[in-house]
Amino acid sequence: QKMAATLNPAYALIEKKTAYKDATTYNNFYEFGTDKSEPAQTAGSLKTRPWTVTIEGEVKKPITLDIDSLIKLAPLEERIYRLRCVEGWSMVIPWIGYSLSNLIKKVEPTANARYIEFITLDDKKQMPGLRSPVLEWPYVEGLRLDEANHPLALLTFGMYGEVLPNQNGAPVRIALPWKYGFKSAKSIVKIRFVKDQPRTAWNSAAPREYGFYSNVNPEVDHPRWSQATERRIGEDGLFARKRKTLMFNGYSEVASLYSGMDLKKFF
Amino acid sequence: MALSQKQISGIKAVIFLLALLPFFRLVAFAFLDKLGANPVEFITRNTGDWTLYFLCIALAVTPVRRLLNVPWLLKLRRMLGLYGFFYASLHFLTFLWFDHFFDVQEMWKDVLKRPFITVGFIAFVGLLPLALTSTNGMIKRLGGKRWQLLHKLVYVIVPFGVLHYYWMKSGKHDLTQPLMFAALVGTLLLARVWWHWSATARNQASA
Repeated sequence: QKMAATLNPAYALIEKKTAYKDATTYNNFYEFGTDKSEPAQTAGSLKTRPWTVTIEGEVKKPITLDIDSLIKLAPLEERIYRLRCVEGWSMVIPWIGYSLSNLIKKVEPTANARYIEFITLDDKKQMPGLRSPVLEWPYVEGLRLDEANHPLALLTFGMYGEVLPNQNGAPVRIALPWKYGFKSAKSIVKIRFVKDQPRTAWNSAAPREYGFYSNVNPEVDHPRWSQATERRIGEDGLFARKRKTLMFNGYSEVASLYSGMDLKKFF
Repeated sequence: MALSQKQISGIKAVIFLLALLPFFRLVAFAFLDKLGANPVEFITRNTGDWTLYFLCIALAVTPVRRLLNVPWLLKLRRMLGLYGFFYASLHFLTFLWFDHFFDVQEMWKDVLKRPFITVGFIAFVGLLPLALTSTNGMIKRLGGKRWQLLHKLVYVIVPFGVLHYYWMKSGKHDLTQPLMFAALVGTLLLARVWWHWSATARNQASA
């Protein structure tokens, strides 16, 4: 199903886009199974209409929006972003959406709102992976409010000129190109504004391995593998050397968000 | 059930070819571009899985032979164990070649820094003397007793292999498969402990 959007030239990467087939069959979405080929096979059971997203917590104007009105909240842009997975592979994906800041402005966060929390659907009937206790369900991810307000943070509804396939987080997800992929919550049903740093899914599962910030950082290794290099899916095949990973995945414009912070400590 | 030498040779030939199928499947997939979005990961996982399958099958030979009273199974054990080593070598080669491009220094860094790779590496190195002494000539040269003692190393190597898999999966909290291997290997090793104990008890009673 097509989705119309205008390419934002500020985010028109000149790197080769990942093949649609790879981007839609090689997914980490544990709600649909832990194997990367599973989401494409099992996500058909997800019903993306009707769908509502509740925005609540430390805001002056809490609201529950129908997905179609949420899509119409701001003009849709196409943005080509790098995606770096914490596992050491990367893709280049043309997303469709608008800056999350548009939605944040609309609900008017209170002075208490310092963090934002994204909560994924938690319905065993639609998501077979929820039956296994690999993580605490529902999947929760979060950002500091200033990170969420950065123009790069994209509230995402489509990719490759089409609405999001279920296995990629339909009907609405986040795309945060300077952070490891798992920070980008998928199939979101609730967005909460909170005072304290939220307990996020991977961080509480393995705090030594997955920090709250999880910015792409070639200098901070994952305990079980190096983050200095990455394999670009579809390009860096068997016989190609891996490419160097860039600080903040190459999005140096976010650096000011973290000035004065020890990124080895707040990884 | 007694089989003729000819029948056993036939069975061995069939199993020899069957055990190569996973390898040829990988080669075919590589040429047909069917290794998926991340070919290196596919090959690494696949060869790792088959290493554990063959080592478990080799460890199962003695218990199955005793339980079902099929003594000729013993004649397959060496080949099954060597296939475990074959897939372990492919697994290691994938790591050395496609992950590190034969940069041995980089490889050592990984081996020393990351416990799951450390134990996997130890397990692989442990398999080397067993593979090298698997010929009839080496059995003779070492003498049956010493040879047997050396090959009992496999009781340590396989648990290391399972631990390697467990730690690899643990950060992702996806432990179903490593736990299944752990249960299987645990059973196969406990069966030996049990037989050893009951044999000692019997000897003491008759003494």
